[in-house]
Order: sequence, then C-alpha cells, then structure tokens
Amino acid sequence: MSDSPASPLTTADGVPLKISLRRAVRRSKLKAFLLVSPLLLFLVIAFIMPIGEMLWRSVDNPEVSTHLSRTVDALEGWDRESLPGEEVFAALAEDLREGQQARNLGLLSSRLNYEKSGMRSAITRSARGLGALEPPYREALIELNAHWGDLDTWKLIERESSPLTLSYYLAAVDRQLTPDGEIVRAPETQRLHVNLFWRTLWMSLVITGLTLLLGYPIAFLLASLPLRYSNLLMILVLLPFWTSLLVRTTTWIAILQSQGVLNDMMVALGVIADEARWQMIHNKTGTIVAMTHILLPFMILPLYSVMKTIPPSYMRAARSLGGRPFLCFRRVYFPLTIPGIAAGGILVFILSIGYYITPALVGGQSGRFITNYIAYHMQTSLNWGLAAAIASILLFVVVVFYLVFNRIIGVDKVKLG
Amino acid sequence: MAIPSYATRGERIWHYVFLGICALIFLFLVGPLLIIIPLSFNAQPYFTFTQEMLTLDPAGFSLRWYEDFFTSRAWLNAIKNSFIIGIASTILATILGTVAALGLSSRHMPARSAIMALLISPMIVPLIISAAAMFFFFSKVNLAQTYLGVILAHTALGIPFVVITVTATLSSFDTTLIKAAHSLGANPTRTFFKVVLPLVTPGVVSGALFAFITSFDEVVVVLFISGPEQRTMPIQMWSGIREQISPTILAVATLLVLLSMMMLTTLELLRRRSERLRGVTPE
Amino acid sequence: MKHYQQKAGKPAMKLIACAVAGVSVLGVASVVQAQQTLNIVSWGGAYSMSQERAYHEPWREKTGDDIVNIDRSANALAGLRAQSQAGNVTWDLVDMLPADAMIACAEGLIEPLDHDELLAEAPDGTPPSEDFVDGALGECFVASIVYSNIVAFNSSMFPEDQQPSTIEDVFDLENYPGQRALMRRPINNLEWALIADGVDRDDVYAMLETEEGIQRAFAKLDTIKDHVIWWEEGAQPPQLLADREVAFASAYNGRIFDAMVSENQPFEIIWDAQVFELDGWVVPTGKLDKVRDYLYFATDTQRLADQAQYISYGPARLSSSEYVSTHAETGIEMEPHMPTYEPNFATAIQKDDEFWADYSDELNQRFDAWLAQ
Repeated sequence: MSDSPASPLTTADGVPLKISLRRAVRRSKLKAFLLVSPLLLFLVIAFIMPIGEMLWRSVDNPEVSTHLSRTVDALEGWDRESLPGEEVFAALAEDLREGQQARNLGLLSSRLNYEKSGMRSAITRSARGLGALEPPYREALIELNAHWGDLDTWKLIERESSPLTLSYYLAAVDRQLTPDGEIVRAPETQRLHVNLFWRTLWMSLVITGLTLLLGYPIAFLLASLPLRYSNLLMILVLLPFWTSLLVRTTTWIAILQSQGVLNDMMVALGVIADEARWQMIHNKTGTIVAMTHILLPFMILPLYSVMKTIPPSYMRAARSLGGRPFLCFRRVYFPLTIPGIAAGGILVFILSIGYYITPALVGGQSGRFITNYIAYHMQTSLNWGLAAAIASILLFVVVVFYLVFNRIIGVDKVKLG
Repeated sequence: MAIPSYATRGERIWHYVFLGICALIFLFLVGPLLIIIPLSFNAQPYFTFTQEMLTLDPAGFSLRWYEDFFTSRAWLNAIKNSFIIGIASTILATILGTVAALGLSSRHMPARSAIMALLISPMIVPLIISAAAMFFFFSKVNLAQTYLGVILAHTALGIPFVVITVTATLSSFDTTLIKAAHSLGANPTRTFFKVVLPLVTPGVVSGALFAFITSFDEVVVVLFISGPEQRTMPIQMWSGIREQISPTILAVATLLVLLSMMMLTTLELLRRRSERLRGVTPE
Repeated sequence: MKHYQQKAGKPAMKLIACAVAGVSVLGVASVVQAQQTLNIVSWGGAYSMSQERAYHEPWREKTGDDIVNIDRSANALAGLRAQSQAGNVTWDLVDMLPADAMIACAEGLIEPLDHDELLAEAPDGTPPSEDFVDGALGECFVASIVYSNIVAFNSSMFPEDQQPSTIEDVFDLENYPGQRALMRRPINNLEWALIADGVDRDDVYAMLETEEGIQRAFAKLDTIKDHVIWWEEGAQPPQLLADREVAFASAYNGRIFDAMVSENQPFEIIWDAQVFELDGWVVPTGKLDKVRDYLYFATDTQRLADQAQYISYGPARLSSSEYVSTHAETGIEMEPHMPTYEPNFATAIQKDDEFWADYSDELNQRFDAWLAQ
C-alpha cells in the first residue's frame, strides 16, 4: 500500500487497474456469453420460432384476401346496405373459376364455414356449377346458392378480407362478431371453451391441493429421518418420477376400470355387488387420481429440500417453551415450509394445466382438459387457427405463473431428484 | 424420526398414526407400479388377477405377452426408433447444455436469470403447445416427418434437464480445488482432467439420463410431428392404450419399470460417488 | 342403392379372361418397379386385417412389393395437410371417408381420378363408371366398401323374451336398462335421436337444418345422456360390450360382426335405422404413378368380393356381389350380415355428406358444449 491515494492503481504493465479489471470482466462476460450462445441459437430456432409461428397462426387470415382477391377489390366502396352490384358478382365468378381450376378453394371454404355454417357447400357447389353460368352473374349465382343473396355473407367476406383476424381468439373465449362487427357472446348452446378453461384451472387446483396433502407428510418424514433411511425411502418417491408417464397411466387404467383390480377386489370382499361396480375411470375421478399420482413427486421434492434446511432445534425450543405439539407445528414449523409449498404448488399447478396424455386416456368426457381441445382442433376439426388461439391463451396463463415462480423461487433453484 | 423421551402418550399414538399414514401414501406411490408386474405374466388376456394367479397355480402364469412383444415387428421397430431418437437427442442436448452451463455458472454471465428462464422454458411450456408449435413450424421448413425433426424437437425438450443438473453441480463446485491443483504444480489441462472433470461428470451424466428418459417417454410431440417411419415405443403404447389395452402393453410397461429402476440405481451410485469425491459423508 | 343387390349374369369365363389379363399386366408392371414399399393408411383393427388378407397379401406375393399398414385414417385429413405443407408426402394411398375426400380434393391434397382409365372393368366388360354403386366414385375418390353405423347389443344382458330390435329401444331406458356406448360425435346420434322421436327417415336431414330440429334431437339425447359412455375409437364399442360395461353400443357393423364370429360374442345388431355410407381410396397428390397398379388390382371385382370373406362390409361394385361367398374362417354365409342385405336395408338412412360438410363445425362444438353441461 505504498501508492498514494492521488495516483490511480495500475497493473504491472501500467494500465490503470480499474480499466484492466473492466476489460477482464468484459472478456469473461463475452466468454460466458459465447459458451451459452450455441444453445441459445438452437433453442431460438427449434423452440422459440415455432412458438412464434403458432402465435402468428392464431391471427393470420390469408384465405379470403388471397383466394377472393378480385371480389375483395370489387367490394371496395360498397355501401354495406344492399347487395353488391354485378361487377362484384362477376369478380366472384372469376375468383371461383380460377380456384376451381387450381383446386385451392378448400381452405377458403373451410375458413368461411367457421364463421357461417353452409358457406362450405355454397363455395364448392357454386364453383362446380359455374361452368354452365352466363352473365349476369348476380342473378345466376343467387339462383345457384341462396347464401350469395344474403347480405351477411358479403359483410363476412368484407370483414375477413383483412389479413389479420381476431375471430380465432373470440371463438376461443366463446365470443363472436355480429355481421356488423360487434363482439357478442356466442349463443348458449355453442359456449364451450371458457367452461373448459375454468374446469382445467379448477381441477388443477384440486390436484395441486391433493399432492400437497399427500406430499407434505412424506416430505416431513423424509426430512426428519436420518439420511441413510431417508435415502432409501427417497427411492420410493423417485421410482414413479422416473417411470414412463404412459406406464403410470396404464397402471391406473388396470386398477380403476370396472373390470380392474380394485373393483374385482371390492367385489371379492363383498363390499360392492358385481352389478354395481364403481365407475372410477373415464371421468373426473380417473383424471384426478392418476394425475395426483403422477405429479406427487414434483410436490415432494421441493418440499423436502426446504424442510431439510429447517433445524430440528427450532421445534425442540418451541416445545421446551411449553407449546403444545400442534401449536408448535402451526406457529413455528409450518411457516418455515411455506417457500417449499409455494415452489411445489406452482410447479404442480403449471404442469397440471398443460397435461394432455393422462386426461385424454383416463379423463373420459368430464375429465377433459382444454389441452384435449387443442389436440382436437389440430387433428380432427382441422381448425388450426382456433387451436393456435386456444394454445396461445393457455401459453399466456402458463408464462404468467412461470414468471411468478421465477420471481419468488428462481428457476435455477429447481432441483431434480 | 425417534420419539423424544418427553413425548406424551397422545403424541406416541399420533406418531404411529402418522407413520401409518405415510406408509399408505408410499403404497399409493409405488403400489400401482408393482401391481402391473405380476399382471403382465397373466396367462389370460385379462387385466386383473385370475383365480389361478391368486392360488399361485403355475398354469395361471405365462410369458406369452413378452413373447408377443419380442416377436412383433412393430414393437421391435418402435424400440429401435426410440433408441435412435433418444440417443441422438441426448448427445446433442448434453453437449449444448453442458457448454451452456459452463457459461451460465460464470460470475460474469450477463442477463443470467433471463437467459436461464428461457433455457428452462421447454420444460415448463405444456407439451401440447410445443407439439402444435413445432408441427406448424417444422412442416414449413421440411422437418416434419423426419428423424432429424423429431431429434431436434427432443433435444429442445431435454436441454432444460441438462442445464439444471450441470449448473447445480457447477454451483457447488469448490473453485479452491483448482487453485490447490495449480499450487501443487498441475498445469491447466491436467487440472481439468484430474480435478474438474471427475467432479462435474456425475452432473453431466445425470443430466444426460434425464434427457434420455425425456425423449424415451415423450409421446405428444412425436404424435404431432412424426411420420410412419419414426414410430416410437410411446406412440405404439399410446395407440394400444387408446384402442384396447392388451396385456402386451403391461409387458412393455413392466420392462419400462425395470428400465427406470436401472436408471435410478445408476443415478444413486453417481450421487454417492460424487459425495465421496467431495468429501461429504452421510450422517 | 336398391339395384345393388341385383345379380348380373354369370360370366365366369370373362372373369377368368379378365383375371388372366390383369395378372399379365401386373406381371409386367411388377418387373418395372419391383420391390417398392407402399405406405397405405387405413383404419386398423378387423378392417385393416380384411384388407391385408384380400389385397395386400396377394399383392405382395404377386409383385414382391412391401406394404406398410398405417392406422391413421381417423386423422387422415390432418396428416395429408401436414405432409403436403411439409412438401414431404410419405403416404402412398389413403383409405378415407367420402366427406373427408371432398375436402381434401377441394384443397388439392389428393389426385383427381379418371375412373374408367384407372380402374378395372367388371368381368362382363361393364366400365367402372357404371359398375360402382351410386356415389362410389367421387372426383378424387373411389369407394371399396359400403359399411354401416349401427347399434349393437349384448344379447346376454336382456331376457330372452325381451330383446331390443328397433332404434327406439336404444332410447327406452325403462324396458331396456343399462349403459349405452355412443360415438363422441353428433354424427349418427342426431339422426337416431330424431328417428327414435318419431321423425320420418326421409325428413331427418331437412329437420336437422332447422334450429328446432337440432333442439329436438338434443332433447331426445338428453333422455339417455346420464347412461351414455362416449367412445372415440372404433375398437372400443365391441370391447365395452364384451366387458359388459354397456348393454348397447353404436359401432361399425364390421367390428361387431368380427367379434360375433371370431370371438363368439353374444352380440346382436339392430339394423333398424342403420346409417350407411361408403369408404374407399384416395391418392395423395403426386403418388398416382406409384400406386396406379395397386389401385387397379385392389379395386377389381374379385378383390372387393374377396374382402367380404373377412369382414361384413358390402363391396362397392355391383359385379362383386355374386362372388361374395362365405366367411373365410367360419364358413358362415356372409350375405345376411351385409348392410345391403334386403331385410337389413329396409329402414336404412344414407349419410348426407354434404350436410355434415356444412354443419359439422357448428354441430361438433354444440355437441361438445352439450356434453359439458
């Protein structure tokens, strides 16, 4: 410490220490970032971009503007009060003729049919019937299919000619646009998704609660046993954790179905009659039991890691001060485990609302989650825009909880086994 | 958990009740996995214990479902696919994840927690969403229905596990060991191979195991983006369960339970080894 | 569909001549493109097995080609779309419903087919366009079978003197108690509900185009809703019936037949108000040259008749019906088990593909909302 406070500290080669340090930090920052960058790049391509593509799909609306481009142009300046004029119908005829030749009217007719039932056949039939048509097209087309004489059809075409649409999101929350562009609730008979979102959240909450109820005693036991016993018991927790999800679901089918192990046992024991076997699968019960089992380790592990850090002397001290056992537990031990409860609870809840396989296999009708409808719209109804919109909403919910989790616990604190 | 000597009678009773409850919960956890093992040896195509099985009559047991499994072209092909995809994606995920973890555990890593949150996200985003998203994107770039597509997808899903386990290992890594090695005259290469690597390996291996089991067990993404050639075991099981669960599925399930037991044992041995190396001894 | 049952002469010689010609043509073709692999998409279960026996096995023997069965017909449209978008079409031939084929055709996913050029003539020389039943040849579609959606029951679950026989009985919980298994789709169920509620079968689809008709159908379904297990895979209903989990199950008639004869299950089919439709082949865009020879072979008169030895679906060619014989394994007469057999056919309804093309989006959602209530 011979340097006077006035002259700055320097390194051996005369560079001021401050600068040299900053350089070194910058270098190691760069080095660290370079090490991470291949993975970042990979994830951006293989994961983030697909998610982006999906978000885009949920608002993308190219069908009308591409396949009915002439019609859309001709509709410009239309008064929206009366049926459009002959030039619009002529453009429509031209568009349909071209689409029929190129055989690409399928997506257009599906798109319009989502908004107005009957548009699919209106388009395919009109396109097929066009060959024999002569101008004036207005009367001819209306004659061919009554939908062309309906003002709402034209309002629909005009509305959906914009390259972006909100109608998938509206459909995902059981809303719809009136022909005049107002957002209203869908008719009661068509409301489906909002209930499913609530059911998914509610059942996930029940599952989270059950895993907590079952996981807490186990974690407590593991944390208070000497390590050599708890390690052995820990294997019983980790074994299901490491076992294939499909295997665990299968075993629940084998156990719970009406000709399954549990019902057979009950019949053999005379608890229930052979004709009155319990219906425990293909309903809510099936989903809740199987998912509680599957997600239980995700609750036990964070709870355990928090409980292990609580010194046993706290409880002893509380007891020695005269507290009754339950009071001591409630006032001293339990509050200390709240971080573990939060970590396990949020983790289980997040995983639960996104589950697909188990509800699909054992959920039946009443145990279905919103995820099952994403799969349904992806694979069966083929309304990919709606699937993307529902998935985006679910993604938003999950990301919010994930950020909360990250904020209060930190993802880097997650431990696996 | 011994009962303290000052415990009252009520507490003693409660103590045993508590142990009983715990035993029941453990039964709930492990019982289902154990029940299918005997069921898979059922001689009858039923999903439950037959009279012969309960009386331990040898005629009630058979290996026919295992035979079905090992002689079925579809199943064998599915196993092959599962291993190809699992191993390839594990290697990719392990390399990318380990290198990244080295960077992440540097004190100077910029935006560490944001990047970490991003890297972990494939584990948090529901599989059905990842599957739908990858289906859209991979179809566009000609990766759907190819081995490469499935491998890349599984790599993305396996990465969080590698990152988590390796950074956890590195964060508990005692850097003074490196300084000690240096001061005792080891050069950096020697230090890396003799000191760093043995200490980090258990974390890498267990990360790799997680990545492998993730791929080996994954069905949703494969369901969406695979073609007929990439039929994996989980897909085969999935369609089997959806249609009708034949006991062949139970035989497969039993084999998979054994596989997970093996994995778990490996992990446990690794953990002990790393504790021993670090000088941590169990109480 | 009525004339479908008529027998047309018995030109055995012509059949032989035709078969010889067919074989020689195929013989040449197989030399040209020997040992290719055909990825053929179908429905799985007993149906795929019947195709395996009637088409695939003889074709393999003839040409040495390998045929891979893929059970994805239930999601065939999604698969075709995805593959064509990916520019990587791996399916060579797909078995699908005409309604899906219409959509796929409009999207350009599958090849338009010139039936008279691509398909074999009947043994008596009738061109394909006249030999197939009504509606069997679509722009991009060629039917191979006529199948039927029926309700079956487990006869051991009802007293002998009180076996159900009409569609009304399915909705009659009082006289015919027990769970019902129905497909988790509005299709067929809405039709049956209206008929059981007294609507004439010719008016069913007109009725379903009106709000009150739909309400009436759902109101009828409401009466049994609490006793229904909803199935999604074609293999489930026979399984549910066999396990006695349900007393009635709607199903594809071939699957029930298969369980009756192969597993000796005590099932009976209620032919009343059967909803019949066609099912057949489409060729993904770009695959026509690869499957041309197979398609010619698998849709000829004899092959369609052969398939009926393995499953109780009616051949889609008029000329096939006289070659339909007995069940290959049990030797029972097939004809009484066919949807098109006169007594079975008396109250049949033809599924209206165009109605469902227009209304399935709306009605599926409404059905799901109704289920969720």
